[in-house]
Amino acid sequence: MSRRRLGWAAAGAGLALGSCRAAPSTLDPRSPEARRLASAWWQMFALGAAVYAVVAGLIVWTLVRRRAGHRDGGADRERLFVVAGGVAAPVAVLAVVAFITVDTTADVGAASPGPALAVEVVGHTWWWEVRYPAGGRAGEPAVVTANELRIPVGRPVQLTLSSADVLHSFWVPELAGKVDLIPGATTTLRFSAERPGTYQGACAEFCGIQHANMRFLVVAEEPGGFDRWRARQGGPAAAPTSELEARGQAAFMGAPCAGCHTVRGTPATATLGPDLSDFGTRRTLGAGLLPNTAANLARWIVDAPELKPGVLMPPIALSPAEVDAIVAYLEALG
Amino acid sequence: MAVVADRPAPARHERLARVWEDHPGLPGFLSTVDHKRIGLRYIYTSFAFFFAAGLMALAMRAQLAQPDGQVLGPQAYNELFSMHGTMMIFLFNTPVLAGFANYLLPLMLGTRDMAFPRLNAFSYWVFLFAGLFMSASFVVGQVPDGGWFAYVPLTNRANSPGLGLDFWGLGVVFVGISTTVGAVNFIVTAFKLRAPGMTVDRLPVFVWSVVAMAFMVIFAVPAVTLAATLLESDRLFGTSFFEPGRGGSSLLYQHLFWFWGHPEVYILFLPATGMISHIIPTFSRRRLAGYLWVVTSLIAIAFISFGVWVHHMFATGLPALAMSFFAAASLVIAVPSGVLFFAWIATMWHGRPQLHTPMLFALGFLLIFLLGGITGVMVSVLPFDWQAHDSYFVVAHFHYVLNGAVVFPIFGALYYWLPKMTGRMLSERLGRASFWVMFVAFQAAFFPMHVLGLLGMPRRIYTYADGLGWGALNLVVTAGSVAFGLGTGLTLVNVVWSRRRGRPAPDDPWGGDSLEWSTTSPPPHWNFAAVPAVAGRHAMWDGGGPVPAAPGPGPAAALAPGGALARSTPVTDGLEPRAEAVLDIARPTYLPVLVAAGLAVFFTGLLVQAALVLVVGLVLGTGALVTWAWRTEGDLR
Repeated sequence: MSRRRLGWAAAGAGLALGSCRAAPSTLDPRSPEARRLASAWWQMFALGAAVYAVVAGLIVWTLVRRRAGHRDGGADRERLFVVAGGVAAPVAVLAVVAFITVDTTADVGAASPGPALAVEVVGHTWWWEVRYPAGGRAGEPAVVTANELRIPVGRPVQLTLSSADVLHSFWVPELAGKVDLIPGATTTLRFSAERPGTYQGACAEFCGIQHANMRFLVVAEEPGGFDRWRARQGGPAAAPTSELEARGQAAFMGAPCAGCHTVRGTPATATLGPDLSDFGTRRTLGAGLLPNTAANLARWIVDAPELKPGVLMPPIALSPAEVDAIVAYLEALG
Repeated sequence: MAVVADRPAPARHERLARVWEDHPGLPGFLSTVDHKRIGLRYIYTSFAFFFAAGLMALAMRAQLAQPDGQVLGPQAYNELFSMHGTMMIFLFNTPVLAGFANYLLPLMLGTRDMAFPRLNAFSYWVFLFAGLFMSASFVVGQVPDGGWFAYVPLTNRANSPGLGLDFWGLGVVFVGISTTVGAVNFIVTAFKLRAPGMTVDRLPVFVWSVVAMAFMVIFAVPAVTLAATLLESDRLFGTSFFEPGRGGSSLLYQHLFWFWGHPEVYILFLPATGMISHIIPTFSRRRLAGYLWVVTSLIAIAFISFGVWVHHMFATGLPALAMSFFAAASLVIAVPSGVLFFAWIATMWHGRPQLHTPMLFALGFLLIFLLGGITGVMVSVLPFDWQAHDSYFVVAHFHYVLNGAVVFPIFGALYYWLPKMTGRMLSERLGRASFWVMFVAFQAAFFPMHVLGLLGMPRRIYTYADGLGWGALNLVVTAGSVAFGLGTGLTLVNVVWSRRRGRPAPDDPWGGDSLEWSTTSPPPHWNFAAVPAVAGRHAMWDGGGPVPAAPGPGPAAALAPGGALARSTPVTDGLEPRAEAVLDIARPTYLPVLVAAGLAVFFTGLLVQAALVLVVGLVLGTGALVTWAWRTEGDLR
């Protein structure tokens, strides 16, 4: 291979890797579970590449060695070749694969031992409800949030997952394999984040028109930071601190908003849409659709279906002043 | 070697033609029961669906070429990916293989038609009407949008109002009728209509693969028919088989669907391997290595494939012990596939491969299926599947299997057998160009999808954000898809060109080993005036080639051209084929198309919930069916 070709190859690989740096990669594991799954992948990749090289090599070899063809004879040798290559070799390789299967399954199940933080995740079309049950270490009250799963670093998390409507699937490639959310049943998933960070998650089971925009974030924090967040969320949501926010709260309670959403400690207690009690702290809106900025939120409130066709939140007729006030109120929550 | 092409003297030829010819024009089109016309029609019709579904894929790839694409909205995207899968599986892959089997089985077996010629016509009409039924959803503007798998509860009445999912559910039940009656016909034909000398251990491998496929169809299709029927029952009549809130189970649907769905992959794959098992020996100038091992492997795959369906449900939280059984079965099925692989390699190893277009497609198949098989083993590894499941890794895997390991053999088979069917050779130069474009573009279109899956890209998303880092690879995938589409277009051009301008095809252009090469290209309506007798597993190669079978007393008299003149063919019995009866081959009749039309009206009545339409369909279908049963004797004599 010429040096120039090598250069092209390197440039191509660089391009591919560069563009993928941001991707939520299964090969960039950040939990003991995902690490074990990634190592299973690399073991099978090595095995698979070897098998491919040998068999494809054989095929190419049959083509390049031009020998006189003949129709008969050599049946015994042929049979030996078929049995050795088609039965014995696959059985040997598959035995290794079976071992990898059993070994990895057992390891993943035991990768995060010890008492776990219990969190309930409920799938909705097309957003995620995240519930921290009451109790826990300090007897905190229950907390409900949406589209962000906050967890402490280094402590196992035990998720109990269910669905409010159709099938969904919970997938954070850097932290764990996926598990389905099934209406009328519960499933579980256990993992622990190794270091602080924000990890991309997505729904992996087709769930209707906005399946693509049913994303979420897992935010892993140092245990101290997580415990402070958890304690703060126990109480009522932040009260308005300015006249604008107060007007926003009043408008929120008067407008259709309160008919679907909850803000803890206020008259808004509906549960059709996401709980907004800590909305101001969330990084995205519309389940990962847009960055949570005042401008995006204003557009979202006025006409959510325009941004996310099919979303269940209807367009809402509000004056610009009301919108600004509601945005100010919501962005201050948390 | 001596090849006895069936060229009867002109006078007899004319008499045979009078007995066998269809009506001219449209009446002939509607009433023919000739397995060759029906087979070719099956192939052309399914290719129409292939190109339609391919264009849908290109529209989807245009949308995904860049982050935040604006080509299609979410609704259109979801409709297209649902119909792309539905069409490719139900209306292209399955029927195109049935088309080849329809055309080739009687010729390979040395008989004058299928066992049930009218049923054969019926299965084509049902396929066509079911395909049009599902396609009508585009005309009505209510297209199925629940995926080709239509998982509940997304697809129940509450979550998917409108007709879209009804087109899907009723269409699946409808087309299943065609697949099932076709399978029955293949089995009976292979077991009862074999030429003298063709013992079961001499059956061509393609015939074996079709028999194995047909048995799988008979056991698997009822499951998907049941799933779709119960789904429609929930949707139309308010039952609650799959309603979790009312005592139903959504997982039950998944079990039923995949109990068919995974065997279906092998239902498609087995006939494709059968085709490859003819192409490779022919172009290697060498008999297939390990015939008994190959046939045993086909049958083993058919059995084991019924024990792997749960690997589509590894993320549903089923008990680990239950899932490990299915993971193990999914690994085990790789062994018979390995046998097939090494039999093909051994054949080439001891032969001298010649790289004509069909052989190129066979080699492309080997290299692509090898990778698809390896990634198949990977996704059967339970813990790895938790990552790969429903990601683009799986999209890559099953396109390597269903596109690479089924479509490539089908294209190879087209170049190999179409000259026999049309009497015209395809252009070798255009064929090679088509192959190379398809092969290279295939890698660009589907290989990067493995990486995208590992990088966390889920399936069935109509858009993705810029920040996720999937843009560059998706652009490569889209470019590859467009090029792949162009490559298939070259073959389309080639086929159209050859029908007008192609060089006339000799009887045996490739030096093939099975009986279809002993008759003319295209074969006469009666296939063989005198039924040939075969002297070995390779009818054309062994013992100096086939010779006209010696007619005997009783039913064996039908072996002679007199049998063809009487529009009949001998029925054989047991492992050693001996003529035990004479099968009268039905004359052209409108009954099959009438029964199928009755069914189409019936399903339309269900769709629009109009009792009157439904009853009209029932009366038409039942009336034609009763006449069919009534008129058997009168029709024939």
